[in-house]
Amino acid sequence: MSGKKQPVSRRQFLNYTLTGVGGFMAAGMLAPMVRFAIDPVLQASSGGDLKAVAQVDELTTEPQRFDWTIDQVDAWYESEVTKSAWVYKTDNDEIMALSPVCKHLGCVVNWQGDPDHPEQFFCPCHDGRYYKDGVNVPNTPPNAALDVFEHEVREGTLYLGNAKPRGEF
Amino acid sequence: MLQKVYDWIDDRVDITPLWRDIADHEVPEHVNPAHHFSAFVYCFGGLTFFVTVIQILSGMFLTMYYVPDIENAWRSVYYLQTEVAHGQIVRGMHHWGASVVIVMLFLHTLRVFFQGAYKKPRELNWMVGVMIFFIMLALGLTGYLLPWDNKAYFATQVTLEIAEGVPFIGEATKSLLGGDPEIVGAQTLTRFFAIHVFFLPAALFLLMGIHFIMIRKQGISGPL
Repeated sequence: MSGKKQPVSRRQFLNYTLTGVGGFMAAGMLAPMVRFAIDPVLQASSGGDLKAVAQVDELTTEPQRFDWTIDQVDAWYESEVTKSAWVYKTDNDEIMALSPVCKHLGCVVNWQGDPDHPEQFFCPCHDGRYYKDGVNVPNTPPNAALDVFEHEVREGTLYLGNAKPRGEF
Repeated sequence: MLQKVYDWIDDRVDITPLWRDIADHEVPEHVNPAHHFSAFVYCFGGLTFFVTVIQILSGMFLTMYYVPDIENAWRSVYYLQTEVAHGQIVRGMHHWGASVVIVMLFLHTLRVFFQGAYKKPRELNWMVGVMIFFIMLALGLTGYLLPWDNKAYFATQVTLEIAEGVPFIGEATKSLLGGDPEIVGAQTLTRFFAIHVFFLPAALFLLMGIHFIMIRKQGISGPL
């Protein structure tokens, strides 16, 4: 060993050893419990399956509301949950499926819900508004565009998956 | 850094005497296993407390997933055991700890009994200790039902039948414990849960507090 000799007193040595061993035991006891408690944060999110929602020839250029049910597994509780979407065809014949959940505080928006703004989505909770393409109207409460559902068309049927915020496509 | 934080607080509210009073006292030679190895028998009380702390912690964490409902109790236990990380360990700690705590408590009681440590002036502490023993047994009994599996159900059936066997007040006792004169079901489970998680721990903390205050006041009994 090099350097200056630093004598460790008997008392110090015992203190360090006891603290170390005690700390190790406490950590060994608490680690499983903490990992147990934070499990929901670390669970991998399961990608939802696509579900048949509507026939493509039902769709118009006017947003229509479609409801469908998914099987939701909530830990030990399994149930059917209804989801909905506002679906329409854009001018270039693309399918647009918007989530009805307001980006302000999560109420449900309606197409033409406000007589004063007929060509817009309207949220009754705090008068939030969105244009037909789902983009939020400036100076209303929402600060982001409505989420868009992943969609797929197979043999004339429209399938929808999870709703995602705009930037994630 | 820590020292500075400590000093800052101590400067204002004088916390040193508080923890000194709890932690900093001489251990008499005759109870120190470093001097006489046979003195390990004096550890059982402390070990009981240590396992009790584990029981309280693991129990607190288990209630994050457990539901005291006949439809979901078993399924929530199954879920936390099979799907949640370390669920088996945390439930295992509570399951095995429940037995270990009774064993430690029993050994502690034997030591006090055979050393005659319960004699004057420590009779009151013996009585409190016996009450703690019964509280622990009751915790074991009520906790047994909570997984709501076959063993739990029929064990509780038997428990309630025993309670019913008490003369005169038997039937009332059974209804009071089980929540229903006949059915071992929804109300039994919620009652046992409430008793296990709130009422008995509250009584336990109170009695443990009294137990520890008395032992500090009276000191450990002298050598044999």
